[in-house]
Amino acid sequence: MNEESKPRAGSNYKWVGSNTPRPDGVDKVTGRARYGDDMILPGMLHAKILRSPHAHAKIISIDTSEAEVMKGVKAVMTSAAIPDHPLSEPPYLPIINDFHDISRNVMAREKVLYDGHAVAAVAATSESIARKAVKLIKVEYEVLPHVLDPLEGAQPDAPILHEHQYTAGTDPETSQPSNVFRIISGERGDLEKGFAEADEIIEREFRSQPVHQGYIEPMACVAAASEDGTLELWTSTQGHFVARTLLAKLLNMDMAKIRVTASEIGGGFGGKTTIYAEPVAVRLSQMTGRPVRMAMTRSEVFRATGPTVGSYCKIKIGAKKDGTITAGHADIWYQAGAFKGSPIGRAVDTFFSPYNIENLKATGYDVCVNRPKAAAYRAPGAPMAASATEGVLNELAKRLDIDPIDLRLKNAVKDGDQSLMGTKHSRIGLIEVLEQAKSHPHYSAALEANQGRGFAVGYWLHGGGLSSASANLHDDGTLSIATGNPDIGGSRSSMRVMAAEELGIDVELVKPIVADTGSLGFSYLTAGSRTTYATGMAVVNATREVIEKLRELAAKKWDIPVEDVTWDSGQAVPSDAHKGDNKPLSFGQLAGMATKMGGPIAGHSEINATGQGAAFCAQLVDVEVDPETGFVSPKRHTVFQDVGRAISPDYVEGQMQGAAVQGIGWALNEEYIYDDQGHLLNTGFLDYRMPVASDVPMIEPVMIEVPNPNHPYGVRGVGEPPLVSAPAAVANAVENAIGITMSSLPLSPPKILKAIETGSSS
Amino acid sequence: MTKHNITATINGDETEFTCSAEQTLLDVLRGELQLTGTKNGCGTGDCGACTVIVNGRPVNSCLVLGAELDGANVETIEGMAKGGELHPLQQKFLDQAALQCGVCTPGILNMAKALLEKNPDPTETEIRFGLAGNLCRCTGYDKIIRAVMDVAAEMRASGS
Repeated sequence: MNEESKPRAGSNYKWVGSNTPRPDGVDKVTGRARYGDDMILPGMLHAKILRSPHAHAKIISIDTSEAEVMKGVKAVMTSAAIPDHPLSEPPYLPIINDFHDISRNVMAREKVLYDGHAVAAVAATSESIARKAVKLIKVEYEVLPHVLDPLEGAQPDAPILHEHQYTAGTDPETSQPSNVFRIISGERGDLEKGFAEADEIIEREFRSQPVHQGYIEPMACVAAASEDGTLELWTSTQGHFVARTLLAKLLNMDMAKIRVTASEIGGGFGGKTTIYAEPVAVRLSQMTGRPVRMAMTRSEVFRATGPTVGSYCKIKIGAKKDGTITAGHADIWYQAGAFKGSPIGRAVDTFFSPYNIENLKATGYDVCVNRPKAAAYRAPGAPMAASATEGVLNELAKRLDIDPIDLRLKNAVKDGDQSLMGTKHSRIGLIEVLEQAKSHPHYSAALEANQGRGFAVGYWLHGGGLSSASANLHDDGTLSIATGNPDIGGSRSSMRVMAAEELGIDVELVKPIVADTGSLGFSYLTAGSRTTYATGMAVVNATREVIEKLRELAAKKWDIPVEDVTWDSGQAVPSDAHKGDNKPLSFGQLAGMATKMGGPIAGHSEINATGQGAAFCAQLVDVEVDPETGFVSPKRHTVFQDVGRAISPDYVEGQMQGAAVQGIGWALNEEYIYDDQGHLLNTGFLDYRMPVASDVPMIEPVMIEVPNPNHPYGVRGVGEPPLVSAPAAVANAVENAIGITMSSLPLSPPKILKAIETGSSS
Repeated sequence: MTKHNITATINGDETEFTCSAEQTLLDVLRGELQLTGTKNGCGTGDCGACTVIVNGRPVNSCLVLGAELDGANVETIEGMAKGGELHPLQQKFLDQAALQCGVCTPGILNMAKALLEKNPDPTETEIRFGLAGNLCRCTGYDKIIRAVMDVAAEMRASGS
């Protein structure tokens, strides 16, 4: 489907690679930009959700009668208002959308499965009334035993969340219900032979806790249903087309009757890739005939929206004295949360993918536990697996007395090598990344007392997929570019740059917008680092269609064959044979002629983008550990990443810097903390401590450009790769500072203090 | 429920509003006055997204009651640009990509403005601690800190 997207000849770009004014920037620094909770509609009601106080309980009864008669209450609903759906059948896709599960996650049906699980909802004339009304709903529960840990949840005697769930992917077929939904494995070579060839074998266990995406804007939406069956929805989402499709299927509605507009989005990082409160707002709007606003509190965001998975991992790596890795074996258990679908396939693919190792096996277990259903978080499933491998390599380099970057260089994958899950690499830039890191002054800078330096590498195969774009020419010589991807971190800027580059016109003449679901072909999520790659490709195609039509217009005007018209630097130029009286026609002149000579001009493109490339990112981190308190201060942090080609360099740097700091939080502070009843204890930013400005140093981004040959501008996805290696690099730095192997994230002060005092992390 | 009649100066305009005792300044701004540029990130004073300036001091508007504001002078993000001209901090944030999703930006701009008014020559560390109450999950703070440092230097150089 990418036939039209051939690389553009030459690299003397006018706009690509330069920093241009951001089209949505002024609105965002002046408070004009409208996010999920900034939509106010006439007659709007306010909704609130009643949430489970138990980690696992049967719902015996729900009495809504008192809430229903409260003054100002307009509607009360339970799961009875959400259609039920049968369980999905195998074969299961990597990302499972099982409407049986989605309907139960949106509102609990037979059981509540985690603290914070939605049970009922109220729409009222004010938020204050709605808040009071949900407290009048009486729910009778029968509390059941619960399980939070993925390894415990995988045991045969664990409390079972879903009596209908049997482990898929096991042989022979299991006969007992299990919290393990499926097992995904990858294998090549001969493990036994590989470990026999090794001079040094390291075997370790690693744990990580769920961390939340931590977007600053809580989920919020406004649903406005009409009596004619149509629905308008305004929501903060990473994919309004996906939200539309999920809603239509869940609520048995026609897709064409649902028009979803993506608000400006206040961060997502994977967390806003599904639906939570939207169906509830929609049903309440249908029940009342009025617009319904639903805005989660921060506590609701923590309790009921996906964090990433927590993990338990066993890993074994063997190497020869010269550093050649001969074998790798890893097993990882991921907490799916209350419903199946954790990213174990990504874990299997991530473990060893930066390295060319002959003998490998990796297995992932998808385990349901009594926590909120895990959602994607920036390179879902990868940082935990990379932390295990890179942690072992940190130790291996020391045992073999090999420079840690040399150890990676010795084993690094090259063009043509294949990942464990079968991705054959085209042009990749891992070697370039490693060499840059090695020659960077940071690598040889002196360390002070109590300081340690960590290094780690991460691999990520970014997304491609379905994208649509249209390019609409206006008769004043300006162009609108519409895509279906919410812009989280500056993608409108990149779309505009690519369109202006194609046309050879000033970026200010191009206005990019995010179109609603009724106005454009399907566009998959702004996720998987795919937007500038895949949607950018659609924008290039749509713009090239406009150019084709402008050439045709010029040919008509000059009365010459279209083959004799070329497009060059913003104008149609006749071939030498036709130059005579025909002066080149500029983009603006042609735009003005179009409506008088044939009609309006627009281009569009709907693609399934393939050819995405692997992106590698390495990080160098210096930390200082206070031996008195166990407190870790990051001192210096450099990120080296193959970015393909940076369309908007400032914003590529921003992705690298932001991910680095998320990785610092993941490695040092952030975790979900539960009591023994399965209640989440840290449901606010005071106790769920994300890095603040005073916690971190400047983050130096080193962009390495090894263009992806499959994209017209060489783009690789840039958002996710820098999170894959960040927690590992920080953890390795801590480990090197205190000289003790550390295997359980986060490396919070009590753990470090204990390790220093006892000389061991266990 | 009893409502309080309040008169405050908001972005230079004398503004009357009514609010109940439980409503915060954030509720009033976003709800009663529809000034939605001030963002609600947590409602508990932990994220700084709702930072506005009251009587010259930056505050988390979610921790101030609307009823406390009689006679107060409130500055929100909607009042930062004057006469079609962006404030130097606003312009610098755009020029140096100091925002990504932008939802923390109004609060950070207000906090940075208050910081520079109090301390026109801050060190990097002083800026980092000055903005430590404002969470940003996108940028890693690097470009924000640099933008504030650069504005401080330019404002000192121009004597403003």
